[in-house]
Amino acid sequence: MAVVAAISSAGMLLAGCSKADDNGDNGGNGAGANAATKEVVNASTEKGGTVTYAMSDVPDSFDPGNTYYAYMYNFSRLYARPLLTFQPAPGEKGNEIVPDLAESKGQSSDGGKTWTYKIRKGVKFEDGTEVTSADVKYAVERSNFARDVLSLGPNYFAQFLDGADKYKGPYKDKSTKGISSIQTPDKYTITFKLSQPFADFDYLVTAPQTAPVPRAKDTGVDYTKKIVSSGSYKFESYQEGKSVTLVRNPEWDPKTDPLRKQYPDKIVVNLKVNQATIDKDLMAGTTTVDLAGRGVDTQTQAQLLNSEDQKANTDNTYGGRLVYAAINTKVKPFDNVECRKAVQYAIDKVAVQTAQGGPVRGDVATTVLPPDVIGYQKFDAYPTEGNKGDAAKAKEHLTACKQPNGFKTYIAARSDRQQEVDAATAIIDSLKKVGITAEMKQYPSGKYFTDYAGVPTFTEKQGIGIIMMQWGADWPTGYGFLNQILNGKAISQSGNTNLSQFNNAEVNKLLDEAIQNQDESARNAAYAEVDKKTMDEAVIVPLTYFKVLLYRSPNATNVVSSAAWSGQYDALNLGTTKK
Amino acid sequence: MISYIIRRTIAAVILLLVVTAVTFGIFFLLPRLAGQTPDQLAAQYIGKNPSPEDIAAVKANLGLDKAVYEQYWDFIKGIVSGATYNLGPTTAKCEVPCFGYSFKNHTEVWPQLVDRLPVTASLAAGAAVLWLLSGVAAGVISALKPGSVFDRTAMGVALAGVSLPMFFTGQLALLVFSYQLDIFGRTYVPFTENPSQWANTLFLPWCSLALLYSAIYARLTRSGMLETMSEDFIRTARAKGLKERKVVLKHGLRAALTPIVTVFGMDIGLLLGGAVITESVFSLPGIGQYAVQAITDNDLPPILGVTLLAAFFVVLCNLVVDVLYATVDPRVRLS
Repeated sequence: MAVVAAISSAGMLLAGCSKADDNGDNGGNGAGANAATKEVVNASTEKGGTVTYAMSDVPDSFDPGNTYYAYMYNFSRLYARPLLTFQPAPGEKGNEIVPDLAESKGQSSDGGKTWTYKIRKGVKFEDGTEVTSADVKYAVERSNFARDVLSLGPNYFAQFLDGADKYKGPYKDKSTKGISSIQTPDKYTITFKLSQPFADFDYLVTAPQTAPVPRAKDTGVDYTKKIVSSGSYKFESYQEGKSVTLVRNPEWDPKTDPLRKQYPDKIVVNLKVNQATIDKDLMAGTTTVDLAGRGVDTQTQAQLLNSEDQKANTDNTYGGRLVYAAINTKVKPFDNVECRKAVQYAIDKVAVQTAQGGPVRGDVATTVLPPDVIGYQKFDAYPTEGNKGDAAKAKEHLTACKQPNGFKTYIAARSDRQQEVDAATAIIDSLKKVGITAEMKQYPSGKYFTDYAGVPTFTEKQGIGIIMMQWGADWPTGYGFLNQILNGKAISQSGNTNLSQFNNAEVNKLLDEAIQNQDESARNAAYAEVDKKTMDEAVIVPLTYFKVLLYRSPNATNVVSSAAWSGQYDALNLGTTKK
Repeated sequence: MISYIIRRTIAAVILLLVVTAVTFGIFFLLPRLAGQTPDQLAAQYIGKNPSPEDIAAVKANLGLDKAVYEQYWDFIKGIVSGATYNLGPTTAKCEVPCFGYSFKNHTEVWPQLVDRLPVTASLAAGAAVLWLLSGVAAGVISALKPGSVFDRTAMGVALAGVSLPMFFTGQLALLVFSYQLDIFGRTYVPFTENPSQWANTLFLPWCSLALLYSAIYARLTRSGMLETMSEDFIRTARAKGLKERKVVLKHGLRAALTPIVTVFGMDIGLLLGGAVITESVFSLPGIGQYAVQAITDNDLPPILGVTLLAAFFVVLCNLVVDVLYATVDPRVRLS
C-alpha cells in the first residue's frame, strides 16, 4: 500500500506542480494556457471550503451502477470507490491505471481468462460496516444483470463473464449465491472468471460498476437517492434534477486510500444551470467546475481567446474523441473502395475544422485513434496539401470506381448539433467540387442511433452513404475505442455504432486476437494495424480530433485535465482557495 | 352557481381526458404509425449499444410491449387508483394521483411536479403582479390621452415588448444586471429559505416576463378603454357630476376589464403549467425546465404529467375567470 502511495505521489511530482494562489483572486494570474494538461495547477494541501460544480443538463444517474458518462465515472469516485481507477495526473499521464479499492492491479491467470483482485482491509461504508468482496460482487451483478431497471450503464461484465447467460440477476434470483463466475473465496478476494481471455480487464474494473454496494441497502432504481458511500464524501442531500450536496465521510480512512485527500468540506452540484451562467460563475469564482466538462459556450470562447489574461486560465485539450464521417459500405456505390477513396481525397478537412469552430474545437485528424488514446500511431493514408483536399486525386478514384461524373448520395447529421450540421455542409461543398452531390438528412440526436443512423435497414433503404459521427472510448485503449465502431460483430439492428457496417475478416480477427494477447505492446501494434487497415479500406473519414476549451477557475486547487476523463478535470482532489 | 360549477367541472374532466389521449397519441401512436417499433422506443431509455435482451427487459418493465390503448388505460388508472412499479429488489406503490414514473430515470412524476410547482408559481405570481399593474395602468393612461407623448411612448414600448422574444430580453437582462453589474443572483432560493434572496433571484425573470405580457395588457386595456370611454353610460356618469377618477376607474375600467380578465386567466393557467423559456434562460428549477428535460429525453410520462397539469391550470383559471365575470360585470349571470 505504501508503495502505491509513493508511486502515486511520485507521479504527481513527475507531473510537475504549480502553487495555489494565496488570495484566490480571479484576474490575470492564470497558470498559463493548457497548464493543467501538463502539471498540477494550484497544488495545495489546504483543507476547507466548498467546491461547487454546475451542469447545464442532468446526469443519467448518480448511481455508480447506472451511469455511462465519463464525467460521472470521474465524479462518482468521490463517493464510490472502484477496484482500480486512473491516476489523478495531467494529460496522458492520467491514462495510467492505479489501485483504488483493490490493493493492486489484477492478477491474471488462465491465459487472461481469470482475474483476481485483493481488496484493501479496513475500508468502510459511511455506516461503519466494512467493505468486503461480496459487496463488489453484488455491485457488478446489480449493474449488469438487472437491465430492466438499471439500464443506463454498460454491461461489459455480462458480455465477458462465464455463464452470464444463465444468471438472472440479483433482483430475480433471490438466492444470495449470485453468479458463479464471480468468486469471493474470502472477505478480501474477488475473482472474475471470463468466457474468453480479455487483456483490458483492468480497464473494465475502473468502471464505477465495481464500486461496492451493500445488498441490504440496495433499493434498485431508488438507490440513487440514498447511495451508501465508500469514498471520501457522502451525500448530505439529493434533490432530483436540481442539486446534490456531498459532505466529508467520517468513516473514510486516509490509511486505506492513497489517492483521495478530502480537501474541501463540502461539494455541491447544481443542475440545469444555463451554460452562459455556468461560464460567468466560473469566471466569477462562484462555480469551481463545469461538471460535464464539455467546454465553454461559443460566446465565452471568443471572450476567453481574445484576452491573454483569461486565456491563461484555459485548457484546450483533446476530449478522447474523433469526429468523423462514416462511409456506409452497404450503400452503392460505396461498396466499391475506390468511391470511398474518392471521398477521402475530396474532403477539405480544414473547411470542416473551421465549420466546427476552428482549431480550438479540434485538430485535423488522419487516423481513427485519437492521439490521447493508448495505441495511437500517427500516419496519413490520404495526404493532401494543407489537408484541404485534392480534387484531382478524388476524380482519379471516381474514374477507377466507374463513376467519372460523380454520383448522388445522402449524408446524415444530428439536427440539434449545429457543429455537426455545419461540418456536414462543409463536406457537401467539398464533394460538389468533384461531382458528388450529397444531400443532408437531419435527425434528432435522441433517436439518431435507435431510429435512424444506427439502424442499418433504415440507412440502406434511405440511401444514406455518409453518416456524421463523434465517438469516444469507454476506456482509453485501442480496443476500447475501435471495437464498437469497426468490429463486424458489433453491427446491430438498432443502436448500431459500426455505422460503416464494416465487416472485414482481417480487422475482426486482429481485434478479437489482440484483446486476448497479454503483451501490451503487441496489442497496441495490432490496434495501429487495425487503424491502418481501416484507412486502407477507407470506411471512415477522420475529420478532427475533438478538443474542448475548459475554463480553469483560479480558485480551484489541484487541477489536472486528464486524458482518462476526456480532458475533464480530475474530481478526486479538487479543492478551493475560497473559504 | 353551484350547478354551474359542477357542470363546468365535469366538462373540465372530459377535456383533461381528451388532452391526455391526444398527448398519448402524439407520443405513442404517431411514431408507431410512422414505423417506430416498441424496440426502438425502449432502446432510447438504455445506455449505449443495447443488446436485444436489454431492449426486451426494458420494454417489458416499462410496459411498452403492451398495446397503446392498454398503456393509456394503465396511465389513467394510475391517476385515479395508484399503481405499483418495479424498483428492482422491491416494488413501490405510486400513490394517487400517480402520473406514472419517468422512463429515463424511473422517478415518480407527481412528486416532481409538486416539488417544482412553487418555483413556477413564484415566477408566475410575481410577474403577473408586475404586468397587471404596469400594463393596465399604461393602457388606461394611454386611452385617456390618446395621441399624447405618453401614449406613443407607452405603445412603442409595448410593441417592442411583444416583439422581443424572452430568450433575447432574458439573456440581455442577465448579461447586464447579473453578469456585469452583479446586482441580481443567479441561483434560485426558495421563499421559505430566504425571502429576500428569493425576490432577488426572481426579479429579473419577473421583469422579463412582465415586459412581454404587460405589452399585451397595455394594448388590450387601451383599446378596451377607448371603446368604453366613448359609451353612453360614461357620458351619463360624467353628466351626473361624478368625479373623473370615479368615472374612469369604477365605470370605464370595470367595463373594459372583462376581456383582460379572460386573457389573464388563460395566461396564468399557461404559466403555471411551466414557463419553459423563462425557466431555461434563468435556470429556474420549475415545471417548464422539467418539461424541457423530458422532451429532450423523449420521456413520455413527465411530458404527459406536465401537459395534464398545464391543461388543469388553464381549465381551472378559466372557471375562476367565468365566476369572476359576474363580479366584474353585473350584467353577467351564471346559469
